[in-house]
Amino acid sequence: MAEVTLSNLSKSYGATQALQDVSLTIPDGAFVVLLGPTGAGKTTTLRLIAGLDKPDAGDIRIDGASVLQDTPAQRDVAMVFQQYSLYPHLTVRENLAFPLRSPMIAMPEDQIAKRVAEVAEVLRIPHKLDNKATALSGGEMQRVSIGRALVRNPRIYLMDEPLSSLDAKLRADLRVELKRIHAEMGATFLYVTHDQIEAMTMATHVGVLDHGKLVQFGTPREIYEEPVSTYVASRLGQPHINLLPADAFPGAPPNAAQIGLRPEHIHTGGGAPATITRVEHLGDQTRLHLSLGPHSLITLTEPHTPLKPGETLDIRPQNPLWFDAEGNRI
Amino acid sequence: MSAYSVTEPSKASKWVAAALVVLYTIITLLPLVWIISTSFKSGPDSISYPPKVLFEPALEGYVNLFTTRTRIAAEDFAALPPPETWYDQIVRDQGMVIAGQSRFGERFLNSVIIGFGSTFLSIFLGTLAAYAFSRFKVPLKDDLLFFILSTRMMPPIAVAIPIYLMYRELGLSDTHLGMILLYTAVNISLAVWLLKGFIDEIPREYEEAALIDGYTRFQAFRKVVLPQAATGIASTAIFCLIFAWNEYAFAVLLTSGNAQTAPPFIPTIIGVGGQDWPAVAAGATLFLLPVMIFTILLRKHLLRGITFGAVRK
Repeated sequence: MAEVTLSNLSKSYGATQALQDVSLTIPDGAFVVLLGPTGAGKTTTLRLIAGLDKPDAGDIRIDGASVLQDTPAQRDVAMVFQQYSLYPHLTVRENLAFPLRSPMIAMPEDQIAKRVAEVAEVLRIPHKLDNKATALSGGEMQRVSIGRALVRNPRIYLMDEPLSSLDAKLRADLRVELKRIHAEMGATFLYVTHDQIEAMTMATHVGVLDHGKLVQFGTPREIYEEPVSTYVASRLGQPHINLLPADAFPGAPPNAAQIGLRPEHIHTGGGAPATITRVEHLGDQTRLHLSLGPHSLITLTEPHTPLKPGETLDIRPQNPLWFDAEGNRI
Repeated sequence: MSAYSVTEPSKASKWVAAALVVLYTIITLLPLVWIISTSFKSGPDSISYPPKVLFEPALEGYVNLFTTRTRIAAEDFAALPPPETWYDQIVRDQGMVIAGQSRFGERFLNSVIIGFGSTFLSIFLGTLAAYAFSRFKVPLKDDLLFFILSTRMMPPIAVAIPIYLMYRELGLSDTHLGMILLYTAVNISLAVWLLKGFIDEIPREYEEAALIDGYTRFQAFRKVVLPQAATGIASTAIFCLIFAWNEYAFAVLLTSGNAQTAPPFIPTIIGVGGQDWPAVAAGATLFLLPVMIFTILLRKHLLRGITFGAVRK
């Protein structure tokens, strides 16, 4: 377990600037989630830390020592790839044992067997251990590749959307499992995801990347409640934050161009009349689609709401987020 | 009741396909049957007209292939003690006695050494080169690949005279090493290109995972890339072996007493009073076997290999 520091890291692939001057400290024992759309530089960050690619500029330090000259093996990191990560010519058992048999670890065989059995138990694949890796379903493959990281005790776990190909139930279970590993072993994680629940529940810190730049780094609550821009605000929140022109409601501060409204910023009773266009019952919550003049917005209400499409609701913003013309927070 | 299906061929079309395959098999196997049956015929049966389909099998061809024989005067022949072995008997039946061993065994061994030696060398060098071209930034990569391919564009025999002269100067004429190097030079372009295709199909993520799992680049190559390239290596090896094994023109030109391979040797098997067809056929039959065995051993890789490019990602 270790602290990982990235300083002024830049990397481009041909004409594409994948990372630009990123500085970030992953504290020892932290669970850092990277958010951002495809192409924002999340995977590049993982690959640079793992040593699969060399940065054009900047430094990477693990436990204070620069690792730029180290091979991936010497860096002692574990990585779960988004896809393709199982060795297809090996069985599940051999796949899990592969890192432990490496010259870097060279664990005795009896300990390997024990370790593999433990991890297989955690991932609920003990009955699949002697299958060929190619004979597994997508979800099972992904569990094995997570397992191949978990058998080790690396300085940092790098995970690239490890749960994205799993079904909802397994994803929820593994989320809890990873969080447990993080809490019990004090392991350090750098984790890429698109999934808001993963980010909010697992992360101790969230970094938001935009076109290779780190635009905000903080706790999940900070990222959610105090986003620095409309871009960051749109990364988190189910349903998405509603972004309307500032003049949609009275009381806009000067130079505000947009108002950002999360469901909790929208209060009913008094204010502007909005028409309900659609009611979506999701079980534990109900989404209301509203139209306010020319604008449409989405908010939440109680699960058993009697509201129907066509009815009118008076809404007013409370402590909304204001953004200027560039999308920066005011 | 069978439902009409768009993808499943109808029964009739399956029968037609099967009949065509059987017909094609018969056409391709006919020369083989001819050669193999001739190898088991007696001299007169082998040249009888119309050809005999049913005949009394004889080992004359094989005995003649491995021996040299001579005719002796009638009174000396009559005075000989009874033959000691079955092959003595077969030669006596032709009115001759065994004078010694033929050079077929030696030539056959030369073919094995040169054929498998050059195949091994082509695959060894080809795999390393293909891996480098596939995975690393090689300066002038495209030009180098084209250069390697261009060595294939001219029929090799077009450069026979310069090679002959160079080999004479270097002392490589009529040596095993010389023939191995020559066949490797011809095969290596095929090997690099085919193997590069196979290795390109193996996702890099496997090696990257192995690098992170604590292995060096070379260990990752050996433990992850090689097992997955096995199919490609096997089929490339078969192509290389078939070329080196069957090559005739250079073998005639560059080998004689020492490193001569079987192809130039077989047609020189001349019996007393004309071509000894059963012996030639026996030589050809034995010559077919190694490639056949090699191909059968590697057949499970071959089917996937010849459909390369269609590998599931």
